Amino acid sequence: MNVPASTTSRGDRPAAAAFDLRRLIALMQKEGLQIVRDPSALIIAFVLPVVLLFLFAYAVSLDVEGVRLGVVLEDDGVAARQLANAYAATPFFEVVPAYDRRQVQELLVAGTLRGFVVIPEGFDGALASGGEPRVQVITDGSQPNTANFVSGYADGVLATWLASRDPTSRGVGSASGGSGIALEQRFWFNPELESRRILVPGAIAIVIAMISILLTALVVAREWERGTMEALFSTPVSIFEILLGKLLPYFALGLVATLICTLLAVTVFGVPLRGSVVALLLLSGVFLVPALGQGLLISALTRNQFLASQLALVSGFLPAFLLSGFLFPIDSMPRVIQWVTAIIPARYFVSSLQTVFLAGDVWSIFLPDIFAMLAVGAVFFAVTALTTRKSLDR
Amino acid sequence: MGAAVEIRGLVKRFGDLVALNGLDIDIQAGALTGLVGPDGAGKTTLMRLMAALMAPSEGCVRVDGFDVTTDADVVHIITGYMPQRFGLYEDLSVMENLQTFASLRGLGGEQRRSTFERLLHFTRLEPFTRRLAGQLSGGMKQKLGLACALMARPRVLLLDEPSVGVDPVSRQDLWRMVGELTSEGMAVVWSTAYLDEAERCAHVLLLNEGGLVYQGPPDELTGRLAGRSLRVDELPSGRREFLAAALDAPGVRDGVIQGAGVRLVLAQEPTAAAEVEQLAAAHGGTVRSVPPRFEDAFIDLLGGGPGGRSAIAERLETVRLESEVAVSCHHLSKRFGDFVATDDVSFEVQQGEIFGLLGPNGAGKSTTFKMLCGLLKASSGEARVAGYDLRTASGAAKLSLGYMAQKFSLYGLLSVRQNLDFFSGVYGLKGRLRRQRIDEMIETFALGPFLNRSPDVLPLGFKQRLALACSLMHRPAVLFLDEPTSGVDPITRREFWTHINGLVRRGVTVMVTTHFMDEAEYCDRVALMHQAKVIALDTPDALKAEARSATHPDPTMEQAFIALVEAQIAAGQRRAAA
Repeated sequence: MNVPASTTSRGDRPAAAAFDLRRLIALMQKEGLQIVRDPSALIIAFVLPVVLLFLFAYAVSLDVEGVRLGVVLEDDGVAARQLANAYAATPFFEVVPAYDRRQVQELLVAGTLRGFVVIPEGFDGALASGGEPRVQVITDGSQPNTANFVSGYADGVLATWLASRDPTSRGVGSASGGSGIALEQRFWFNPELESRRILVPGAIAIVIAMISILLTALVVAREWERGTMEALFSTPVSIFEILLGKLLPYFALGLVATLICTLLAVTVFGVPLRGSVVALLLLSGVFLVPALGQGLLISALTRNQFLASQLALVSGFLPAFLLSGFLFPIDSMPRVIQWVTAIIPARYFVSSLQTVFLAGDVWSIFLPDIFAMLAVGAVFFAVTALTTRKSLDR
Repeated sequence: MGAAVEIRGLVKRFGDLVALNGLDIDIQAGALTGLVGPDGAGKTTLMRLMAALMAPSEGCVRVDGFDVTTDADVVHIITGYMPQRFGLYEDLSVMENLQTFASLRGLGGEQRRSTFERLLHFTRLEPFTRRLAGQLSGGMKQKLGLACALMARPRVLLLDEPSVGVDPVSRQDLWRMVGELTSEGMAVVWSTAYLDEAERCAHVLLLNEGGLVYQGPPDELTGRLAGRSLRVDELPSGRREFLAAALDAPGVRDGVIQGAGVRLVLAQEPTAAAEVEQLAAAHGGTVRSVPPRFEDAFIDLLGGGPGGRSAIAERLETVRLESEVAVSCHHLSKRFGDFVATDDVSFEVQQGEIFGLLGPNGAGKSTTFKMLCGLLKASSGEARVAGYDLRTASGAAKLSLGYMAQKFSLYGLLSVRQNLDFFSGVYGLKGRLRRQRIDEMIETFALGPFLNRSPDVLPLGFKQRLALACSLMHRPAVLFLDEPTSGVDPITRREFWTHINGLVRRGVTVMVTTHFMDEAEYCDRVALMHQAKVIALDTPDALKAEARSATHPDPTMEQAFIALVEAQIAAGQRRAAA
């Protein structure tokens, strides 16, 4: 081959630049092509969020509807029948009527019923004589959550029924007194008390945490496994360019995934977006800093795709799922666990996202959250920078 | 002008392990330097140190005067490095790979255009620029890897095992390209585990267990052996008997089967020649002097090969099969979807024969092999082992065969004794017989001191003995060896073949796959595989004779392979034209 004079000749010291925009652009183009060609990256970025959102929105529901409840009518007076009808009329219960409590006892033991209500003999009489009507509620304590709902809703039905029966008296306790004071409950931010509204913004946080940590961890580990990292290291490219060339494309991908999730949340799941899109994107962008940093750190430490994905699940997905306040309120966790949640970036993102969707742009909440996420991200990047050198030595 | 690469007092440690131990090396510009040694000798570590991908534990490495520790940035600019497996992005096209590496090397504008044109022409990759790198053949990947490494017109080009997984024809191309580069003044370092490749280099660095055992031109090393390399032919009593006797003679340093004859390396004592003459005469053979090979010199340098006795073979009763044919296949094919891995393969292997399947990675030899030992179901065709049809009686067939997989496949979490227990159980041995066979293996292979240790920490030679012991406990009539000696140094490889030769003399049939062209010469007959087909099947000597030409009056196995593949391609083109 005909070789023209080399740009540098032997013995010369060629100039080495620490940063070169062309190299960074080349790395990002390469990464972009890989994302577009690799079906697994696209699945993790676009299909997984949709599947997870649907799962969280429909399968994980904290609402009670259609719980099977036995109603034992031991009194056949008019009032007792009306009360039984009131139970049957609510959408919360699917009523199994009975005239003997032994019938429903067996069903409760078998797990067919979650509880039963006994309207005792003399119910009508007690009511007519102005005494306090007594209704017994028995629930299946092996499922405490459901049991609480059943007893609560059953009491509620009774109270509502009493109130509608006699407009002058309100509530069970005041049935005889008729004081005339109305207690009207108001739920702010989520007046219909639909758990989906609070779950979907949380689910978006989990999904973004998942794809940013997992994808980054995987793609960097893949470069190590396939020997391309070694090839990159042998070129003049700097470690800073390599890391940035990984982060920027996945940062963009994370924001796109956020927008898709938001669109789904608003159109399909009917969650209101009361804050601004700008605030939403800003919060997501800030959250991507610790998430991508965590993924980068994982892959730098493992250099292996299998280990990286396991670590991403255990250190990224599980804490985001369990300790972010998404499903389980942080206030009700033991004190020590509450402290642990302070270093989980998803915790701040969940609270900010719920605010931006259900309340609006409340900067007094956003700013501390943004600060906390950036602080955690800074720690991840500092550790990554300290442990990653442009060298195959470990 | 100083050396292109200067290495002084280089030590590299990984924890307690000393990978490189006190090297002093000079690599010249304008020459091809071969970095030669068995796997695990430290070749890749040395390459990475020269590419400034690692820092020395002690001593220094300077590339064109720049220290790899303090001036790594500069070294990265002036070196081109092709890692093992070529370091390509498989989901990017040929052109996209070139563009990425060009940008990383700061190559733009007109310079980029002319460089691409030149490199694509040089590597003959012009027609494939849009193809994804992952869909290229091994040979084309290697050329693309080379093009990416050549992007910045490096002063030093480092190629780490460029010939692994590449067919001999593409390998030929690579030698041509490297020859052009060195003639322009570039320093090229080529690392390889194939000792025969050393002979093609101007300068050789021979590494063994982290130490440099030789540095200089290859013929200077082989020159030391002038007159000491012999070949003994026409051995009516059988070449394996003669080899076993010769290896135990004090005047013989090393010996291997070579086609129909035996190749010997004499000791330095003046009486050695007469001793071998006498021994050959006793076996009715004729002795002639042959040019020494690099491998002969390497073994000599390491103090000679092992003896000719196989303790295990001596313990075996002679195997007798009902049929003369131990292994056979007829029109055997295997398809994975659209991909044909084995295409209409037929052959018969006689009892007591060593039969080799030879070919580069991806030629289909492993697939064929796995069908023959019942690990893979054939798509069509018939295969028999020891008379049993693998479709209908694969259980019986499997009990009469022993299988030793690549990389030994021992259980690292079990001790040596537990491995022996496990494999004896797998092969259905029970009770007193089982204990007896295990004890026998421990005794014959001298495994006693290692019984409670993990196979992972055994020296390579013992690991190989253990793997062989595990596959022999049930006294199989047919032994299948899949790449048995890859990753093994030549001395250990010789010890292994001493056992195999001993077993064959007891009537055991041996099937072996290999990509070492030299190893093919230990076989009685060889089937050459290329692109899923058997393109030639004969004795090693006959295959070489077929390839004899004016340019290669005494071709090596590799040259024979290239000639046969080229003839095959030419015949295909003639058919297409007609």
